[in-house]
Amino acid sequence: MSAHSQTIGTRILRPRPAFSLRRWTEREAVFSWLMVIPPALFLLALVGYPFVYGIWLSLENRPVAKPGVFVGLANFITDIHDPVFWQVAQNTFVYTFAATALKMAGGLALALVMNQDFKFKNLVRAIMLLPFIVPTVLSTIAWMWILDPSFSVVNWFLVHWGIANPGPSWLGNPELAMFSLIMVNTWRGLPFYAITLLAGLQTISPELYEAATIDGASTWARFRYITAPLLKPVIFIVTMFSVIFTFSDFQLVYVLTRGGPANATHLFATYAFDVAMSGGQFGLGASIALSMLPPLALLIAGMAWYMRGEKT
Amino acid sequence: MTVERRGWRVRALKLWLPLGFFLIFNLFPFYWMTITSLKPNSELYSRKIMPLIVYHPTLQHFVNLLTETDFLTWTYNTMLVAVVSTAISLVFGVMLAYPLARMRFPGAALISFAIAATYLVPQPLLFIPLADIINRLGLGDTLTSVILTYPTLLVPFCAWLLMGYFKSVPHELEDAARIDGATRLQTMFRVFLPLCIPGFISAGIFAFTLAQNEFLYALIFLTKTDVRTVPVGAIAELVRGDVFYWGQLMAAALLGSIPVAIIYSFFVEHYVAGLTSGGVKA
Repeated sequence: MSAHSQTIGTRILRPRPAFSLRRWTEREAVFSWLMVIPPALFLLALVGYPFVYGIWLSLENRPVAKPGVFVGLANFITDIHDPVFWQVAQNTFVYTFAATALKMAGGLALALVMNQDFKFKNLVRAIMLLPFIVPTVLSTIAWMWILDPSFSVVNWFLVHWGIANPGPSWLGNPELAMFSLIMVNTWRGLPFYAITLLAGLQTISPELYEAATIDGASTWARFRYITAPLLKPVIFIVTMFSVIFTFSDFQLVYVLTRGGPANATHLFATYAFDVAMSGGQFGLGASIALSMLPPLALLIAGMAWYMRGEKT
Repeated sequence: MTVERRGWRVRALKLWLPLGFFLIFNLFPFYWMTITSLKPNSELYSRKIMPLIVYHPTLQHFVNLLTETDFLTWTYNTMLVAVVSTAISLVFGVMLAYPLARMRFPGAALISFAIAATYLVPQPLLFIPLADIINRLGLGDTLTSVILTYPTLLVPFCAWLLMGYFKSVPHELEDAARIDGATRLQTMFRVFLPLCIPGFISAGIFAFTLAQNEFLYALIFLTKTDVRTVPVGAIAELVRGDVFYWGQLMAAALLGSIPVAIIYSFFVEHYVAGLTSGGVKA
């Protein structure tokens, strides 16, 4: 509106120039695109191009530092016949769903606990978030020592109290290793759930609860009919985030088990890393990484669409 | 009122007990990190003595870490990379968020959809092609490689967060400036952006912690000790073969966490605002 009035003003005062760069850049669409283009090109070059190039790589037989040979879908056919690939797929799903379920349950519990009034609430909230802000690799190093085969502090207590002797090998046994990874992932992700859900809880008007209480609703009924439905959009978004980043997790596994024992904890990301970086087969590695996409794409598309709809 | 009457038992059961559980669960690894870094090796590798206490604290592991490894270089690298990539991401974030939040132009919906999609593309999908691209550009083992690639993770996030913030700022001041003859650029820099400092702090703190946390690209692109960041340096150089230098590892983990924790503690409210804006502010 303001832009419009200004244009009229200048038009009355001066003869109209053939072309004014300044007036051109002042147009809303031109200004907007001039702003958007540099970062968009940047993302196109370093996200869009690598993405497409990754698809191309997955269709090549490409040892490190040598020119690739186009092989069509051969890499994907190799994957399909690779028993480790299917084990990796299974691991990834187990890891993602178990960790997400635990984070959601624990995060909701913590959010409900923290939604009460108590002293030092902000301080407690700040402390609770620590696992989420400290660099993952560094806190995972601490977990590695907690779960150490010989000097695990958990095992010290198990042995000391006579529960088990020797204590279990937390990262050496296939099932236990997966269990340990899920616990550590939960430890790191739970605060994100809790704090986000807490923020969601705080947007719910207390009057709703008061009205329900006056009408005789029980604690459970208030949770079921007020808290749960109003929290649903937040839970949805947090869960989508969590699923995407748990599904594509790399750091935890790389630090704690490197995919072992016997591939029992390899995820898509760590397996692709092993094949491409340690094994030197870029094409095959790219095809493994790309296999994450179909299940994730459904989630990402749904999520992006949902977020866009919510924001605007 | 009713809670008051029923007394502290209910409150203990509903508040302090679960809160205590979560606090111990969340903080134990940090406690363990700290005391391990202070234990002499004789205590570290003893299965007899009670492990939760340090009997003879020593700073030996810290001294070794700082004198025998390049930990200080890694710390400098980590900070430099985090600060520069955060700055780049904020600038690009503003350039995307300002038009998207305040103006109408053809293609806006496409751009905002692309940003959301980019935000959600996981790193492991891109690291193999990126490794090849970085090599071909001759950027392997340079900090430039990560300074260039970290913003790909941070820009979409910054743009998204800032868009939310920008939309909450009223239009009147900008309109007034425009009527007074300010150009769009002047309006943005002199009138609008100064109003958005809290948004920048939120986005900046968040981006900074994300950059500190990054591991995969650093692991792949940085293979020489003098360009490594703290996480990669610790994993690659304090674990030699099967030998784990536990005391030094814990000292490195602790020292590496402290800068983030301190910065975070100054801006907790902004960080939480950034964290929750994605999900809550619909």
